[in-house]
Amino acid sequence: MANRPMLEVVALEKRFGTTTVLKKIDLKVSQGELVFVIGPSGSGKSTMLRCCNRLEEPTSGDIIVNGRNIMAGTRRDLDRMRLQIGMVFQGFHLYPHMSVLKNVTLAQRKALKRSKAEADARAMDMLEQVGLAHKADAYPGELSGGQQQRVAIARSLALDPKVMLFDEPTSALDPELVGSVLKVMKDLKSKGMTMVVVSHEMGFARETADRVIFMDGGVVVEEGTPDELFGNPKADRTRAFLSRVSG
Amino acid sequence: MDRFLETFLNPVVMAQYTPDIIAGIWVTLQIAAAVIVAGILAGLALACLRSYGVKTLNFFIICYADIFRALPPLVVILILYFGFPSIGIQLSGPMVLFLVLAATLAAFAEEIFWAGFSSVEKGQWEAGIATGLGFTRTLTYVALPQAVRLAIPPLVNRVLAITKMTALGSAIGVSEILSSATTAQSFSGSATPLTMSVAAYLVIFLPMVVFARWLESRTAWKKR
Repeated sequence: MANRPMLEVVALEKRFGTTTVLKKIDLKVSQGELVFVIGPSGSGKSTMLRCCNRLEEPTSGDIIVNGRNIMAGTRRDLDRMRLQIGMVFQGFHLYPHMSVLKNVTLAQRKALKRSKAEADARAMDMLEQVGLAHKADAYPGELSGGQQQRVAIARSLALDPKVMLFDEPTSALDPELVGSVLKVMKDLKSKGMTMVVVSHEMGFARETADRVIFMDGGVVVEEGTPDELFGNPKADRTRAFLSRVSG
Repeated sequence: MDRFLETFLNPVVMAQYTPDIIAGIWVTLQIAAAVIVAGILAGLALACLRSYGVKTLNFFIICYADIFRALPPLVVILILYFGFPSIGIQLSGPMVLFLVLAATLAAFAEEIFWAGFSSVEKGQWEAGIATGLGFTRTLTYVALPQAVRLAIPPLVNRVLAITKMTALGSAIGVSEILSSATTAQSFSGSATPLTMSVAAYLVIFLPMVVFARWLESRTAWKKR
């Protein structure tokens, strides 16, 4: 494992009004590492993830991506940095008025300023990678949830991100469609992508994650390898949570 | 029956006043087209500006939209045409009619487009922002096309309602359809020119209604 941190979260705090959702979170994700984040709902795991590209504005703290602090700099700098941070949402959020191909080329054309030919070629490569090249001309409404999520992954990948954030990518899917999305994520990991995944797919975590982080009440309660954390959790709260989700 | 035909469908009167009515149609069409284009564009621009969420600016946009949706256009038309010359602003009848109707349409269109923007899912914005498009490009390429589609059915109805108000021009002597018809009616002493105006309005607005239907059916997006 390369040790250069690709994503570094430093003393991240987030308050909504008087409630503190994240309390001084620190997290380092090395290049090529897959960090899996678990925790009960309301533990702040999604908020933490959304702070990593400032979709959610941190109250304080620093987010360093590929050596650059995204909390410093102008709006334009931030938009440029966001190109390096791919994000996959629970609800896919494909653009319903555009074909699959257009979904994958839009930001390439308008934000990366790639030519149409270049963007199209890149999009087809990415769609190929997620097994949906044959759906390039379809509209999102014509695809299953699993297919939509794979297109959403391709849309992010086409921008050549340095790190990919997954916010419960399979939670909105029918059980039989979950596998296809997890397979794409596994491929991505094997190609060396740096990934942070918030999810409840414990089987996937055991198999693929380098590190698992358990969050509760806005703090990181415990972290370790999947074997350590699932096999021999140290904190009571971790044990209680794991017995609930596996029970 | 004869008396009915004599009153409403007198062929002699018809022949005599057809050129006037046609001239009226032309005036109505020109003003209506200008009102539609200017009103929709202004309303769209206001709704886009509003989406940036600048508080003071939004206050003025909302005030404008509420005032112009509340005021009867005829009142504003009369004030501009008869009142403004006293403070040194002299506007022609067609100009007053155009300005007031366009401003009214802009107010309604702003609200309709704004409702369209509001019903674009938050996730759409987030997807655009997260892929580095920034606010303005997400607005332009992601939110706007979706808002416009949602806005089309109510917008078309409002456009029809407001372009019909070109008939208010008859109150300030703009020689649009109704005005030409009432003038012809008082000269001829026959109601036939009014019948002709009905036909003229149908000729203009019925195709618009049909076009509106077609537009609405076309803009629902592909569903699974």
